Amino acid sequence: MIRDDASSRWHRILAPTRRGLFAIGGAAALAIGPARAQGTHRPPEKPKGQVIVGLSQEPTVFHPLMPGIEVDQGVWWNLFSTLWHIDPDGQFVPDLAAEVPTQANGGISEDGLLWKVKLRRDAKWHDGTPFTAEDVKFSLELINNPDFRVRNRVGHSFVKDIAVTAPDEIQWRMETAYAPYLSILSLTFMVPKHLLSGAADPNNTPFQNAPVGTGPFRWGSRTPGDNIQLTANTAYHGKGPYLERVVFKYIPDLTVMYTQFRTGQIDYTGLSGISPNFAREAQALRGRKVHVNPTASVESIAPNLEAGALADKAVREALYMGMNKKALIDALYYGLPTPTESFLPRQSWAINPDLPKHEYNPAKANEMLDAAGWKRGSGGIREKGGVRLEFTNSTTVGNPIREQAQQLLMQDWRAIGAGMRIQNMPAAVIWGEFWQQSKFNSVMVAVNYMLGSDPDVTPRFSSKAIPAKGGRGQNTFQFQNAEVDELLLKGATTFDQEKRKEIYARIQQIIREEMTILPIFQQALVEGTKDNLIGFRSNINTSSNCWNIREWYWA
Amino acid sequence: MMAYLGRRLGQAALLLVVVSMIGFAILHLAPGGPMAQYAMGSNMSQEDLDRIAAQLGLDRPLPVQYAEWFWRMLGGNWGTSYRGGQPVLHVIGSHLGATLELMLTATLIAVVLGCWIGILGAIRRYSVFDYLATIGAMVALSIPTFWFGLVAIFIFSVELGWMPAGNRQTIGDGSLLDMLHHLIMPALVLALVETAIWSRFMRSSMLDVVNQDYIRTARAKGLPEWRVLSDHAFRNALLPMITVAGLQLPTLLGGALVTETVFTWPGMGRLFLDSIEYRDYPVVMGILMFSASLVLIGNLLADMLYAVADPRIRLG
Repeated sequence: MIRDDASSRWHRILAPTRRGLFAIGGAAALAIGPARAQGTHRPPEKPKGQVIVGLSQEPTVFHPLMPGIEVDQGVWWNLFSTLWHIDPDGQFVPDLAAEVPTQANGGISEDGLLWKVKLRRDAKWHDGTPFTAEDVKFSLELINNPDFRVRNRVGHSFVKDIAVTAPDEIQWRMETAYAPYLSILSLTFMVPKHLLSGAADPNNTPFQNAPVGTGPFRWGSRTPGDNIQLTANTAYHGKGPYLERVVFKYIPDLTVMYTQFRTGQIDYTGLSGISPNFAREAQALRGRKVHVNPTASVESIAPNLEAGALADKAVREALYMGMNKKALIDALYYGLPTPTESFLPRQSWAINPDLPKHEYNPAKANEMLDAAGWKRGSGGIREKGGVRLEFTNSTTVGNPIREQAQQLLMQDWRAIGAGMRIQNMPAAVIWGEFWQQSKFNSVMVAVNYMLGSDPDVTPRFSSKAIPAKGGRGQNTFQFQNAEVDELLLKGATTFDQEKRKEIYARIQQIIREEMTILPIFQQALVEGTKDNLIGFRSNINTSSNCWNIREWYWA
Repeated sequence: MMAYLGRRLGQAALLLVVVSMIGFAILHLAPGGPMAQYAMGSNMSQEDLDRIAAQLGLDRPLPVQYAEWFWRMLGGNWGTSYRGGQPVLHVIGSHLGATLELMLTATLIAVVLGCWIGILGAIRRYSVFDYLATIGAMVALSIPTFWFGLVAIFIFSVELGWMPAGNRQTIGDGSLLDMLHHLIMPALVLALVETAIWSRFMRSSMLDVVNQDYIRTARAKGLPEWRVLSDHAFRNALLPMITVAGLQLPTLLGGALVTETVFTWPGMGRLFLDSIEYRDYPVVMGILMFSASLVLIGNLLADMLYAVADPRIRLG
């Protein structure tokens, strides 16, 4: 928390560097928040009060296994439970399971093929029906039901021979050993068998608009286009909930959302948070706390590795060297995000800290291109073998910061004889076939490459995951590397974390050397809460920072 | 009259079919699609996206999709939202109340205020009031509504703290007073532009009428000025306003895209924007058909009201 008087003093001291201001502000918020929570304030005995969460998109999908987006997942975290979840430190924490299965505790067999999960006995659905292993079996089977419109079956498709061995015990066999499945299950919410098994059409059930879960809050009401209200589940099996009611309020415009945060109409700016241009002002607001939290997404220039000049590794290296990353981050993003060299967030256990650091050196970039045979042609644009060093860059229209970043890059790259043309499109267009079928030259995009907290990037970098070549995955860069393929397979089937760390360190090294993506920064999210709201904890390992509202309460 | 009505309804039905065909074709042929929203998250592969598209029936030829949609619509089933999985009619219905509340209030303010300003401007032509009204209307029409909205929020919510910065009501407080408190600012901002439109039309229409011979006759036979204005001038000046009112009907229920966004108003305008963004084809088509129906009904009503208001007009 930074109050007005303190802020003015800090402002004088820290004004020259905005990053410094936010770093200290964020640290202060982190430091003061828990201190207050643990020190002078205790959670109430009974759920008390309400919290209003502002969201810039409207949650509309309430079946947690159907196709939903990030904003929907924020609601799911409060209505439903997973077998286990991952805390902000990357540790697995049992939820509906009594313990997290590992090879050490015998939950996962030595060959990684047999999984046994012991469940807790005190969990109940919101309608009072006890939660049992049958519900887990039903949920996993529903995911693999060909008639069901499931979000995806990554990892789940390996699950075979599910058997309920006791009301609180379940086991299954994996078709192949697959370590990331632990992480996938940490994001898989269980659904009630007793309410869904009788449905003639699993895609069309009353449950979708009146969901029943085992989570800390029950479904209350929904005013379409406006808000969703959840009420405390006093029979919740875990810690909390301490709030009587949670309201998810849809506020489509970020400026309006910030205004309502300022006027006190919302208690927490969720999802997109506070625009970077308001972050500084927000820190000076009385009674508000500003949190600068890293996210798992990495902002990068994603080249199509089979598109003209971008197919040449030397070109990609030169473009990276000719990119003034620092100027871009400082000028447009107020110095908030952290520059990165990897596709993984620096908080990941698998991060490789020894990747070569980016160097902005246009002169060296020019030399590299000269050496690679790219000679200056008409208009100062380089050419080689009749191919001009020209390409398009696309991003979503209506994102002013990215549009300005493109302008900066265009200037940077023009200086080394590379011509970049901007070709932006609406989200529904760019992320459709254009992206999926690799019809782009390059895009500016933020991608979360992880599977929960798992660094398995098979869907992103495996040569069998190129959709444009009939592959199953999201390797829209069209990256192909035999060593990476081999390492990905090894990483996914190895359970020992230390061994996996080595594998993914090497993968990061290759991706960096090959310049498969031109990484710019790890994204940072500026979020605001009222300063007497206790318990808010950012979690890079979940899809939403609404993951632990059950632990929030008012001082 | 009945034959005329039947003929017009027949034409309207035909027009709706044409509108639906053009709308359906443009919507589906436009680049992008409903699967794009999932492409960046949830680790969904192209295979997943193709599977879901097939389950939604999006992999079939366009004429087949259209025929199925049209046949279902005739039976009262307007389809199901891709995003929320709810029936389209339910989705539209759940946003209609908020739009109606905002638009009716704004229109009421605009009609009363606009007519008054227009009449006064016409009667006192080239007076200070007339000049001020003209300048005010030009300013209101030239400056975008969202700017007025943001300025109003800044002054009355952020700085003065008199008004809520948007929303339809305080969550947990469903009182009439609270709803009115939330309604005032968006309704006034929206009414500002509409008042300008109505005042300009009314002034022009009134000016046409006050110079007519029958007004001179009314004055000559000794009627008091207020009766000349109310009984003769105003009633005749209202005739062209029926057209304006007829054109206003679709906007009354179609919602105000910008105002609803700025004031976080859960109406049809925002629903339309969101549905376009997500390429929620069934909802977009539903709103299109709903709006087209309103345009046709508005025009039909205007034509019929002409006959009621002006005995010289006979329909048939």
